[in-house]
Amino acid sequence: MAGPRAVLEAWQDPSAAPLVEIRNVTKTFGNFYAVDDLSLTIYPKEFFSLLGASGCGKTTLLRMLAGFERPDSGRLLIGGEEVTHLPPYQRPVNMMFQSYALFPHLSVADNIAFGLRQEGLPRQEINQRVAEMLELVRLSDYAKRKPDQLSGGQRQRVALARSLAKHPKLLLLDEPLGALDRKLREHTQFELVNIQERLGITFIMVTHDQEEAMTMSTRMAVMNEGRIRQLGTPGEIYEHPNNRFVAGFIGAVNQFEGRVIAQNEKQLQIHCEITDSNLVVHCEHEITLGTPIAIAIRPEKITISTVASETIEKSENQLTGCVEEIAYLGDVSIYHVRVAPELLVEAQLTNSARRHTAPLTWGDQAWLRWKAEDGIALLE
Amino acid sequence: MASPFLSRLTLQLQQLQAGRRLVVAVPLLWLGIFFGVPFLIIARISLSEVIIGLPPYSDILAWSSQAMLTIRLNFGNFLLLFNDSLYFSAFTNSLRVSTIATLICLIIGYPIALGIARSRESLRVPLLMLIILPFWTSFLIRIYAWIGILKGNGLINNLLLWLGVIDTPLQLLHTDFALLLGIVYGYLPFMVLPLYATLSRMDHTLLEAAADLGCKPTAAFWRVTVPLSMPGIIAGSLLVFVPAVGEFVIPDLLGGPDSLMIGKVLWTEFFSNRDWPVATAVAVTLLALLVVPVMLFEHYREKGQAL
Amino acid sequence: MKQRSTLVFSCMAFGYAFLYAPILSLIIFSFNESRLVTVWGGFSTKWYGALLENDQLLGAAWISLRIAFINACFAVLLGTLAAVALVRFGRFRGRKLLAFMVGAPLVMPEVILGLASLLLFVSMDQLLGWPEGRGMTTIAIAHITFSTAYVAVVVQSRLGRLDPSLEEAAMDLGARPLKVFFVITLPLIAPALTAGWLLAFTLSLDDLVIASFTSGPGASTLPMVVYSSVRLGVSPEINALATLLVLIVSVGIIIAGMLIQQKKPT
Repeated sequence: MAGPRAVLEAWQDPSAAPLVEIRNVTKTFGNFYAVDDLSLTIYPKEFFSLLGASGCGKTTLLRMLAGFERPDSGRLLIGGEEVTHLPPYQRPVNMMFQSYALFPHLSVADNIAFGLRQEGLPRQEINQRVAEMLELVRLSDYAKRKPDQLSGGQRQRVALARSLAKHPKLLLLDEPLGALDRKLREHTQFELVNIQERLGITFIMVTHDQEEAMTMSTRMAVMNEGRIRQLGTPGEIYEHPNNRFVAGFIGAVNQFEGRVIAQNEKQLQIHCEITDSNLVVHCEHEITLGTPIAIAIRPEKITISTVASETIEKSENQLTGCVEEIAYLGDVSIYHVRVAPELLVEAQLTNSARRHTAPLTWGDQAWLRWKAEDGIALLE
Repeated sequence: MASPFLSRLTLQLQQLQAGRRLVVAVPLLWLGIFFGVPFLIIARISLSEVIIGLPPYSDILAWSSQAMLTIRLNFGNFLLLFNDSLYFSAFTNSLRVSTIATLICLIIGYPIALGIARSRESLRVPLLMLIILPFWTSFLIRIYAWIGILKGNGLINNLLLWLGVIDTPLQLLHTDFALLLGIVYGYLPFMVLPLYATLSRMDHTLLEAAADLGCKPTAAFWRVTVPLSMPGIIAGSLLVFVPAVGEFVIPDLLGGPDSLMIGKVLWTEFFSNRDWPVATAVAVTLLALLVVPVMLFEHYREKGQAL
Repeated sequence: MKQRSTLVFSCMAFGYAFLYAPILSLIIFSFNESRLVTVWGGFSTKWYGALLENDQLLGAAWISLRIAFINACFAVLLGTLAAVALVRFGRFRGRKLLAFMVGAPLVMPEVILGLASLLLFVSMDQLLGWPEGRGMTTIAIAHITFSTAYVAVVVQSRLGRLDPSLEEAAMDLGARPLKVFFVITLPLIAPALTAGWLLAFTLSLDDLVIASFTSGPGASTLPMVVYSSVRLGVSPEINALATLLVLIVSVGIIIAGMLIQQKKPT
């Protein structure tokens, strides 16, 4: 957990009114279940991310919220009102498209004004709103340009301005940073979050990039095969994945499969076949002996050294093996250590000093250690 | 949910559905009535007998004296087509001429399409326009131009006589040569355009990859370029072959008296002999011949590989 | 490599010469003094004068232009509807049939199209009493039918390349489907509609076979008159007419090209 909070977050407050309610929604294409009996509640002012590999149903879910797809069954509510069968042009929702979908025959200003004109607002108000939006995305000098006269980053900002111009309750973003190069992308991430906080509009973003989802969201849902595999804050999902899929999908992780052989208080002892060793892990729940279980441990939680520790505590694990690969990434180095003929373990070392004090090299024997509470017991 | 809201919603959905139906129905009805139905009529008339009158064919459906509906089918028209060597040779000749013309178009058209696709970006559009431009001028007049070039005292004969290559004018007009020349000339753009479409979409790095892997340019052409342009070759060939089989203007103006083409036979049966049943039987047989190529064409078009 | 590009280049040169030599000879001999089209008898523009006094040709041209204009307008309307249905409506009943009827006229021999249309008109006249006899109306209907197919193909390929999220974005911003079509789709496919219109116009203006089948007394189109005069032999007036046609088409294409160049961003 990201530490104790004074104020309850909306999703923890039982009296908070949800903005978006997705109730048991299913959508199939032929025999393929794009979204499978999915329920989800999103609260006002959240920056919510749907994260998953392509084909996991995240885009279909977003398109159902926008109104481009109709669910086969289930209901969609926005602001307490049923929108399941409303056409896109009657929903209080706007979308920012992956391709940006800027109208090539209209100028930047006309693109932004498009939605306002559909509302039939007076010309003066439209002009004022367009000017505000242009200022928001720092494109005031480009109002008269056509989309094909803009750079990729500028087009992205026009698309954002256009979808925000109507002040929707909810903004849907389909891979909003997907077409930008890496550097621009990092910069834009912060800009998007800033704008979201300033306007107080709820954002739902679809992305396949876990780093993007982690940095930007208040909460996120990891999706696979049309279902949500885990829902939570980025911290919860990273530190407490509750199944093997999520643990493997978010960040790097080592997984040890085994069976429970003992439990005392909040510590499980597990026999791992592949390394033929006993490992300990922290666990809150009662688990029957013999249950198959996996221990997941992140590389940065493992310490690596050239010497074995003389005193191994009861709540510590130690494995040894030969260093097979070293990847120097600048800030950190990653070591692949073979602890069993069929198991490589990844460990990470922060390069805090300019020259490493205990250099490990290929072929060296290395000892890996981690605490029971740093590992995660995964039943699913 | 408030019921007025729901009823408004259903009304809107119904309007949307009605709008979509209208968009489908208008062209479907038009094409159905003016393109689909006529083929049923053709099938019907091809099975009837020629009579003097208007329209000059008998009705295959007749009420006999016992008020029973009888159908009098006359397969005589089709028997005639198979037994009379005139019709049979017209059919085989049409297929032969069209096949040769298609091959010549392919041989001439492929280098042109390749040349355009490989030329500088700024040159491609003008070069392509020059291929299309003749198409926008009258087909009839372009064929007519060849009469002036090929006839006895035409340009070619005059040139050859002046050069002293020949003493007496050659018979060029009204020969198979003129017929083939006319078809190739008239249909060459239809071969070049689909070929260009596939060749220009081809990734140039494929050829570089082939060269990198030790393939010589000529081999790369046959092993990479040609197989990848197959959709264009097929589309172009069908666009030339199918209309050429039924061509009327070119055989009539340039072709010889003994090399009959089926389009001209149909025209003559219809306009000169006023034998509508035989003309329609010719049309039905021609259609039957073209079913396979037309279906092939449709198949490739639906897949979006060509055109 | 060098050898091959020389080969391709000479093939291209030959191809273009082949395409343009006959047209060039037509133009040159339209200025020939002599009636013998292929013997040069000195420069003259008298055949242009004769052309302008040929009431039969001018009358036929007027008929052809009117038919072509009506044909192009109807064909663009019907062809666009068909293309929108085929590209945007997904699966619907009759899709296969529509797709077939849009594709088939492209490769159907003209004699069959002409004969089929005529037989339909005769049957309709017998059964419904309409269209009474044959003439401009029947020619126009037959032309619209096959031109629709050409327009549909042109519009279809443009629509197919259009990003569908453009239309979705417009709907997302509150525009109803009909409005989306007129404000977004139509302006974006306008070049294809123009091309389709011109194509339909030219096809109709150029058609001899289908018009001959579906025409009646008093409704001879320009190609029909040209054909009957060509059958009798070579006539310098036809050369003059051809030259005028080539001139009009070239000017039209150059203007269109300049307009496209202007619209492109620099």
